[in-house]
Amino acid sequence: MNELAIKDLLYKLADDQLILGHRNSEWTGFGPILEEDIAFSSMAQDKIGHSLAFYTLLQELGEADPDTVAFTRNANQFHNSQLVELPNGEYDFSLIRHFLYDNAEIIRFEMLSQSSYEPIAKVATKLKGEVKYHVLHANTWIKNLGSSTEEAILRLQSSLNEAIPYALGMFEPSQYEQELIEAGVYAGEEAVKAEWLKRIQAVIEKTDLKLPDLATVEPKLGGRYGEHTEHLQPLLDEMAEVFKIDPTAEW
Amino acid sequence: MYGGGNVFEATKFDDLQTEDPAKLAEFEARIARGEKIEPNDWMPQLYRKQLIRMIEQHAHSEIIGALPEGTWITRAPGFRRKMAQMAKVQDEVGHAQLLYSAAETLGKTREQMLTDLINGKSKYSNVFNYPAFTWADSNIISWLIDAGAIVNQMANAKGSYGPYSRALERICAEEAFHLKYGHDAVVHMATGTPKQREMIQAALNRWWPPIMTFFGPSDKMSTHTETLMRWKVKMASNDECRQQFLDMYVPKIWELGLTVPDPNLKKNMETGQWEYTEPDWDEFKRVINGDGPCNAERLAVRRTAEERGAWVRRALLNPKAKYVKPLA
Repeated sequence: MNELAIKDLLYKLADDQLILGHRNSEWTGFGPILEEDIAFSSMAQDKIGHSLAFYTLLQELGEADPDTVAFTRNANQFHNSQLVELPNGEYDFSLIRHFLYDNAEIIRFEMLSQSSYEPIAKVATKLKGEVKYHVLHANTWIKNLGSSTEEAILRLQSSLNEAIPYALGMFEPSQYEQELIEAGVYAGEEAVKAEWLKRIQAVIEKTDLKLPDLATVEPKLGGRYGEHTEHLQPLLDEMAEVFKIDPTAEW
Repeated sequence: MYGGGNVFEATKFDDLQTEDPAKLAEFEARIARGEKIEPNDWMPQLYRKQLIRMIEQHAHSEIIGALPEGTWITRAPGFRRKMAQMAKVQDEVGHAQLLYSAAETLGKTREQMLTDLINGKSKYSNVFNYPAFTWADSNIISWLIDAGAIVNQMANAKGSYGPYSRALERICAEEAFHLKYGHDAVVHMATGTPKQREMIQAALNRWWPPIMTFFGPSDKMSTHTETLMRWKVKMASNDECRQQFLDMYVPKIWELGLTVPDPNLKKNMETGQWEYTEPDWDEFKRVINGDGPCNAERLAVRRTAEERGAWVRRALLNPKAKYVKPLA
């Protein structure tokens, strides 16, 4: 198996989770109700833990240690989708993003748990049970709020419209896509996207929300290749603020 | 954490005049026998009022206390600290949830309590009106403020109100981990690079005065609390808690080669008591009444969170649902 292809996949997975975990953690102390404050904090811990698991696999393939990789790269070296780096905005945007992201994430984990590349299969098998709860959380809240007050429905609809182009960007194929599919690492981004669409539609149908016509949506691409919005670098600077005081120190 | 330094209203003799003497005697006898008082049991109005006040202050301290450390979650250095800091602050918010439920069993809703918090009507632990300037400040809070809270809460866990003492038992179990986390972080700083040592000493210097006021005013100046002690609402005096804290933690601070910024701090071997420079109680009163470095900011953050989340709470309201007190 081409090691570059595997590394590219691992970076994508790890960076998505690190950045979304970081964003989720920004809700600590600010949630609309205490229970949601706690829920976002839980998911943040899981996501960051998952990113660590994938960075550890990268280290085994010869990349630098997880702290160095996570805390010292610049935005143009990150492979996350732009969706996860966008600011939290209001709770409606964070919830919609969480819904769109985790419904894709679980499919990737399900596929990867069957992967021909054993180290990834092991990690994905171990972690997918946690992602299942993230999906359950997102779907429950979308169903509840998505058919509640007019105010809530309007807010969620507008966030959904705003997030969809970025969500489609999650499925930007890598330069090794064909290779990964042929080697049985996973079924590739087109397959993840097709299944994702089915699943999110099934939830949205139970609400008063409408999925925008995807044929008219221009996906926001580039994240997988290091092109990011203006929001990622400040996030990384903040994350590394203490670490960079002395990267050789033990904190 | 974070309970401590509760401010009690002075008990007025009149408050008890209206109570049924036979019921009051039975209530006091139950407490003297070490029984727990449960939500639906008879209790004097004063007991109810003081407990709501105390548990509510404690709950507010947890969510406000999550703010100074919470700001360091996104800046925590390295995976290990980032994950631990998140888990730790999340625990504190979870404690608030437990405590609001305990207070609700006495007849005040969470919504009312949060409204009183943002209106400035109810208090929270005064130490959180001080800023956490650096990562090291956050470490000092995790270690020493949590340590202080444990001293206070271990005592209060033996108190007479069932729901509060059960909540405190669970909280103390989690606090024990926070204490280990905070200590570990401080050890790394104190035994690390010169820059790290400088950071942690500076943070200790900044936090020492607020820490010394954490348990509340000196017993000499506290309002009368005999009734509250007899009712096992307040389980130890402010000075007793402060002495116990100094006994347990000053040697640990010195062990790390750090200094405590109080030239008068020493243990008097004859009395067994710590002697120290009396904290500035005028400043304490000023800050608790709203004029501290961060009062306005803390409440503004809380108010913003409440306002921004209001639509979610409105959407969740089911007009057919009836308010039910949480299980104790």
